[in-house]
Amino acid sequence: MAARRMSSLLSSSYASPLLRSLGRGSSISRFSTAAALEEPITPPVKVEYTKLLINGQFVDAASGKTFPTLDPRTGQLIANVAEGDIEDVNRAVSAARKAFDEGPWPRMTAYERSRILLRFADLVEQHADEIAALEAWDNGKPYEQATSDEIPLFIRLFRYYAGWADKIHGLTIQADGPHHVETLHEPIGVAGQIIPWNFPLLMYSWKVGPALACGNTVVLKTAEQTPLSALYVSKLFHEAGLPPGVLNIVSGYGPSAGAALASHMDVDKLAFTGSTETGKIVLGLAAKSNLKPVTLELGGKSPFIVCEDANVDEAVDLAHAALFYNQGQCCCAGSRTFVHERIYDEFIEKAKARALKRVVGDPFRKGVEQGPQVDSEQFDKILKYIRSGVDSGATLETGGQRFGSNGYYIQPTVFSNVQDDMLIAKDEIFGPVQSILKFKDTDEVIRRANASPFGLAAGVFTQNLDTANRMTRALKAGTVWVNCFDVFDAAIPFGGYKMSGHGREKGIYSLQNYLQIKAVVTRLKNPAWL
Amino acid sequence: MAARRISGVIARSLSSSIVSRGNRSNFGREVQRFSTVAALEEPITPPVGINYTQLLIDGKFVDSASGKTFPTLDPRTGDVIANVAEGDAEDVNRAVSAARKAFDEGPWPKMTAYERSRILLRFADLVDKHNDDLAALETWNNGKPYEQAARIEVPSVARLFRYYAGWADKIHGLTVPADGPYHVQTLHEPIGVAGQIIPWNFPLIMFAWKVGPALATGNTIVLKSAEQTPLTALYAAKLLHEAGLPPGVLNIVSGYGPTAGAALASHMDVDKIAFTGSTATGRIVQELAAKSNLKPVTLELGGKSPFIVCEDANVDRAVELAHFALFFNQGQCCAAGSRTFVHERVYDEFVEKAKARAQRRTVGDPFQKGIEHGPQVDSDQFEKILRYIKSGIESDATLECGGDKIGSKGYYIQPTVFSNVKDDMLIAQDEIFGPVQTILKFKELDEVIKRANMTRYGLAAGVFTKSIDTANMLTRALRAGTVWVNCYDVFDAAIPFGGYKMSGIGREKGIYSLHNYLQVKAVVTSLENPAWL
Repeated sequence: MAARRMSSLLSSSYASPLLRSLGRGSSISRFSTAAALEEPITPPVKVEYTKLLINGQFVDAASGKTFPTLDPRTGQLIANVAEGDIEDVNRAVSAARKAFDEGPWPRMTAYERSRILLRFADLVEQHADEIAALEAWDNGKPYEQATSDEIPLFIRLFRYYAGWADKIHGLTIQADGPHHVETLHEPIGVAGQIIPWNFPLLMYSWKVGPALACGNTVVLKTAEQTPLSALYVSKLFHEAGLPPGVLNIVSGYGPSAGAALASHMDVDKLAFTGSTETGKIVLGLAAKSNLKPVTLELGGKSPFIVCEDANVDEAVDLAHAALFYNQGQCCCAGSRTFVHERIYDEFIEKAKARALKRVVGDPFRKGVEQGPQVDSEQFDKILKYIRSGVDSGATLETGGQRFGSNGYYIQPTVFSNVQDDMLIAKDEIFGPVQSILKFKDTDEVIRRANASPFGLAAGVFTQNLDTANRMTRALKAGTVWVNCFDVFDAAIPFGGYKMSGHGREKGIYSLQNYLQIKAVVTRLKNPAWL
Repeated sequence: MAARRISGVIARSLSSSIVSRGNRSNFGREVQRFSTVAALEEPITPPVGINYTQLLIDGKFVDSASGKTFPTLDPRTGDVIANVAEGDAEDVNRAVSAARKAFDEGPWPKMTAYERSRILLRFADLVDKHNDDLAALETWNNGKPYEQAARIEVPSVARLFRYYAGWADKIHGLTVPADGPYHVQTLHEPIGVAGQIIPWNFPLIMFAWKVGPALATGNTIVLKSAEQTPLTALYAAKLLHEAGLPPGVLNIVSGYGPTAGAALASHMDVDKIAFTGSTATGRIVQELAAKSNLKPVTLELGGKSPFIVCEDANVDRAVELAHFALFFNQGQCCAAGSRTFVHERVYDEFVEKAKARAQRRTVGDPFQKGIEHGPQVDSDQFEKILRYIKSGIESDATLECGGDKIGSKGYYIQPTVFSNVKDDMLIAQDEIFGPVQTILKFKELDEVIKRANMTRYGLAAGVFTKSIDTANMLTRALRAGTVWVNCYDVFDAAIPFGGYKMSGIGREKGIYSLHNYLQVKAVVTSLENPAWL
């Protein structure tokens, strides 16, 4: 049962339940009938944890400062949260250092570590609705999306990594002489992790899961837009038996807390998810300080390629989901929809119709597909890009405006006749703006799809095996989805080619990020074999 | 036969052949001991000519765009060996665009892995055939003993290329279980154009560590050699083309770090950079990569590796290997055992024997038979090392032997041993990269673990003990990429090598080295009516 439920991961769920929800959406505002975003619904949860979590204790920031975290539906205050800065990062790192160097964590058996991760997954399952509500409140994403996709996936990821904890195998290796050679795959030490606001909990699980499974200790900085859910689940983690100091949470801003973590001399590893611009800074700080290895999961401008033999209705639905899911706030959003010229007009018409049907509204309302953008900065940036699309001569098929007058809602927006050199076809917009481009032949679309500094993901829609195989190899992207999109199973590695990042998260590959390889070579006397 | 010969890898050959050679008094008699400095008379004429001094771009030897050259010097004398084309940004651009074309349009990544492996195997055969010429060039340019180059290093290059040839057709992706109706697989793809920057201490072996895995996994390359030692890379690259390497797949740019090296590290069309050299330069390379196109970087950097002699160790063997661990290649090894920690119960005996062994070290013209130790690579290194020796004396370490240069010509330095070295002395903290052994005393295991780890480096460590518990305890506790137990400098092709902490990022050699040159692509295909999940 649980397995079936979890198997309704992102893609299958929005290919089905979200689409199905159209049927029961008649009572809800479509974006075009902007009518009512009346009184926001009161979220079914209370905010209990707003302090920093250091060495197993909730504590105030050293400075005593706090920052407001806001409700994207209204821009109103949800809570004031302790604002971590250098001194707090120092405290957190020294707790993590101690927990690693002296503490029980790397010294307990892998089986014991896995039990704690499993217990944690069970606790999250017990509190799933509250956690989902916090996530929706702080981020603006539909509550149903958080409960049906994200929290189950979070739980699934921790069970996945729990299973890895006791399967970290080194190798024994043939030598060229009388030596016994083995490799130990050791935990790397204190991992600094910086996560974004678009999927606060999923990004938490992608980072914390493998780091803890491999025996590391962690200092995690959450995004200043969405600090709440990480504090809540980390509390549960300690209830599950995590020793103090193993996981420390510092809420705060990038230039202060984030930079302190990236340049800390006692942090052995850094993992960052966010913009390419900030990724460069993080890597520079790591290089200038102690050369800690860095995993980066950065921006994208992923092509979604609809070939002439594709099932158009299915492609329209998935192209819609690939772009609009999570208000368009996905690093792997299918944000360049390339459609073959033979089906282009039909596709545009249907894509427009689908966008017009998209249910926008209070994320706590039943059947809502799209909530507000996360904050005013993103909101303004997206509207600027929409203006730029109009100014550069793309055809605005639908949308293009804010939705309502309160909070950060934006109409689902579709542009057709988009050209490769337009800003909306080059930059990561990170909002509900679909750009549809036309192509003629496979060589051309491969070249155009690859003509981007990014290389995070790609979608290919075709019934033809040769076309699928050819594109799969030629596209320079870390993930290629064929006749599907946004399938995010725990075992599938995710990460970027080119300026979309370094390293892979999820799957067996993610373990490499948190392990050091130690070669041990011992002299042999009278070996029976070599 | 060949296999047996190649299996005489660095450590073993030194711990057996070279070391016993040093002990064989009849062999060493006609050779200079460092203490009898007498004559470094006329340098022996190297048994090789210099045929290649231009840049190698797109399969052709060409002058640099500027027409400039730089002199490469003989470390025995400081005299010019040859003038070599000096690559700069424009040459790097030409080389990268040749490599780009060879990657994007082929044939290299488009030929079968088997065909690629055949070319690497043919190259290894050619290296064997040209063993003596390559070794002579390497010695002439670097100053290392010819016998070391001819018997250990060049054979190790052939061995490494055969190793990587075997990997070429064994790059397996995975099929991956999905949580729903999807077929999931991973493709391990070549990353593209690899920029590689290699150092001067083992020019050919570093060429093999870098070029071997990059070519085996289907990438194309622009390699910048060290300005001190440009000659052998050009020769070897010529042989690779004779073996059938298509033009543009491997391009060699001789030149300096701040010009050619920086151009490569910050090039927007280079997909990957691998660097071996100092930690200070490694940082710059990483920053240039970050500022340009975020290309992933492999770094193999400095070290200050502990060599720990426990009280139950076989002292004579430990002395011999500690000597070798430090003095091999004139001390110019990133993995040099440069902090010799000796248990207090065996300390005095160890120091006395280490000193005696250093005094017996045969220093002289690297082309002379039986020589263990040639000149340092250049005047910069020579002077830096002498400064460190002075610093050791001033900080009150006991100079047991050596401490000065040899002769008045070239860059020879006496094998130098310091005892009573303290952790806070500069000679115990910095990478000296020269023939200066520093011997420290310890009392307990916990203490020596703490002290051994108390460094920003973490490249390697040696442990000498007969106790299995001691060996296992130290092996896990030492924060180093390689731990050698009762041996040192075993550099087999399959053993991964690389650093913890500021000694680097990533691993070279072994299966792990392949990761550096592969991108992982997840391919997820929707399934209709799957028979199983």
